[in-house]
Amino acid sequence: MSETLEKKFGFTINPSRLINYDTSDRKVREYVTLREPSFRLCFACGGCTAACTAGQHTSFNLRRMNNLIRRGEIAPLLEEVTRCMLCGKCLLVCPRGVNTRNVVAVAAEAIRKLERNEL
Amino acid sequence: MKTNSKHVVVAGGGVAGMEAAGALAELGHTVSLVEKEQNPGGHLLQWHALFPDHRPANEVKYYLNKRIENENITIFTGIGVEKIRHHGNEVTVTLTDGTAINADAAIIATGFDLFDARRKEEYGYGIYDNVITSAELEDMFTAGKVTTADGRAPARVGLIHCVGSRDEKVNNNHCSKVCCVTAVKQAIEIRKQLPESEVFCFYMDMRMYGPYYEELYRESQEVYNVNFIRGKVSEASVNINNRLVIKVEDTLAGRPLKMELDLMVLMVGMEMSQSGTRLAEASGLKRGINRFFETGDHHFGNNLSDLRGVFYAGTCTAPMNITDTISHARAAVAETVRYLNGR
Repeated sequence: MSETLEKKFGFTINPSRLINYDTSDRKVREYVTLREPSFRLCFACGGCTAACTAGQHTSFNLRRMNNLIRRGEIAPLLEEVTRCMLCGKCLLVCPRGVNTRNVVAVAAEAIRKLERNEL
Repeated sequence: MKTNSKHVVVAGGGVAGMEAAGALAELGHTVSLVEKEQNPGGHLLQWHALFPDHRPANEVKYYLNKRIENENITIFTGIGVEKIRHHGNEVTVTLTDGTAINADAAIIATGFDLFDARRKEEYGYGIYDNVITSAELEDMFTAGKVTTADGRAPARVGLIHCVGSRDEKVNNNHCSKVCCVTAVKQAIEIRKQLPESEVFCFYMDMRMYGPYYEELYRESQEVYNVNFIRGKVSEASVNINNRLVIKVEDTLAGRPLKMELDLMVLMVGMEMSQSGTRLAEASGLKRGINRFFETGDHHFGNNLSDLRGVFYAGTCTAPMNITDTISHARAAVAETVRYLNGR
């Protein structure tokens, strides 16, 4: 829409960057928390992301992904979640003992279900 | 009275003052314990349970009340301490009713005041019914019921850290130390009482500095599913459904966030007490940039004042928890006794 606006009228509208917790969808969060309860324990230190090979070459960021799942902001994750190679280096680093690899696997599963309207 | 028994005035009958008075009396000294309220106990009187183990505050109150049950202690209540003067080998403590007590030494334990949340007007305390302080939440725990102003069980509760602390806008750059762990403790208690509720802590840093605090933080996430959002709430308002709406940046997502709440709890910090401020001004006692009493040395003279024979105990020198307050009061007694023996 914004391209059409620019062509026709010479201006665009930026989409809101606001996270509205009352309208966001936290089904993925519930799905992940239920199947991998250690997900709750993340305190966003970023150790996983620092260790992550995928994150050195792509925008994959497990720390950010955990946060966005918690806030119900799934759209930015649709592509991102496929970039993890499930190597599990993040598991070795996590100071809270989060089963990080399984978080990614379960989150990917949830996101696929969400896309198919199965969640 | 034994021949080596001395007379010490303890100004303030909170945790520090009661412990100091009890410890001095146990050593055989005569103590005048002066408390401005009708009962000793200080802020502890308002607390329901304590971090990090949810211990009933009554247990510590009971300990302290036993501590001052000693024939060597005379308790004055409903009277403040106005001024302390040192002359020769004596101190003279003037009370607010004009009485002057001559003694060998004095311990100042005038404690702290809770930050007046109305000064952070943007949070709407005193304006919106469902904005309360952490101290008022303790009253609700004591009453056994956490509710909104109209008596409903809140579906979503937000605890706002650093209200009146780490905030130049209210002239407090200091950290009040205990609010983070208090928030975690209270978040758990809300979840225990209202298992259907969602609880959020809005923090700038989680300062879990004491033993078992970090473990409590972990437990709050693991067992009680308490949510933590890093960011300082900028303002609260009320929407058409009479629900609170807060604005905050989720700094870990790097995006602004908006959320409705049914109950908002302000984790009010500690400030130098007004009574302590008056005492400092009348007695010429130095205060630090945080406005608490300035001690002789931050490392090894943390109970010393700039008046001979006058010592500090507890939160009149800086925010501290009950454990540290009791230790600090005992240290003040050790310093006082060393002074009395060495005169």
